[in-house]
Amino acid sequence: MELRRDVFQAIADPTRRAILTLVALQAMTPTAIAENFDSSRQTISKHIQILTECELLRQEQTGREIYYYINAKKMKEVADFIEPFRKMWDDRFNKLESIMKQRKSKNA
Amino acid sequence: MEQKTKIHAEDGRQELTVTRIFELPVDLLFQAYTDAAIVAEWMGTKVLKLENKAHGGYQFETTDPMGNKHGFNGVIHEIVPNEKITRTFQMEGTPFPVQLEFLEFESIDADNSKLTMHIVYKTAEWRDRMLQMPFAFGINMAHNRLQEIVDELR
Repeated sequence: MELRRDVFQAIADPTRRAILTLVALQAMTPTAIAENFDSSRQTISKHIQILTECELLRQEQTGREIYYYINAKKMKEVADFIEPFRKMWDDRFNKLESIMKQRKSKNA
Repeated sequence: MEQKTKIHAEDGRQELTVTRIFELPVDLLFQAYTDAAIVAEWMGTKVLKLENKAHGGYQFETTDPMGNKHGFNGVIHEIVPNEKITRTFQMEGTPFPVQLEFLEFESIDADNSKLTMHIVYKTAEWRDRMLQMPFAFGINMAHNRLQEIVDELR
């Protein structure tokens, strides 16, 4: 359970979401990741550490470099958990919006 | 594209927040929650009772594709036009405990408004069960699935 809480906190942060987006495109070294941000190298390292701890990123040693990969399975698990619930409300709210827009234009 | 409806649910907590920005003035958004005929239309449910006042009750009845009826009800604790509704919500005939909902309506400008729905569940576990049961309101759910879930909880 402790681990799961970390996952949700991990993806709630915009910088960490940006890191996940970058690494989703290609495996990257910590230096390459940090180059994409204005934040200090230490700050980005901390974010990478959190993402790794909750298994959203995994690291692989290639020669002297460590590369970070996205853990697609874990990402999917997190997304799947909330998505159907979100979609249900999104559908309802879309309907609400279109119904009220129609009434608005009728009354205008 | 950015998603219009957002869910914020931290794990291990017994609450979650749903937010949505509507291209509607706040009074029309609020009306969609208080006019029984409109609620029926967008929620896809029959509205048996909707008393928009403090200590007023509401009762919905939804028929699923299998023809089974599912009841939902709650009590309105507080209602301030175009600002907020605080209410309880409970699914009848299921082990799901009552939940507390804080609905906040905010005007962004003349044509846009924001809804924040803060839902508090009995426990974190019940919240997760509810999250895992997106068709909990029975609209798109075959009765069999509900039965399975209920049986699992026994």
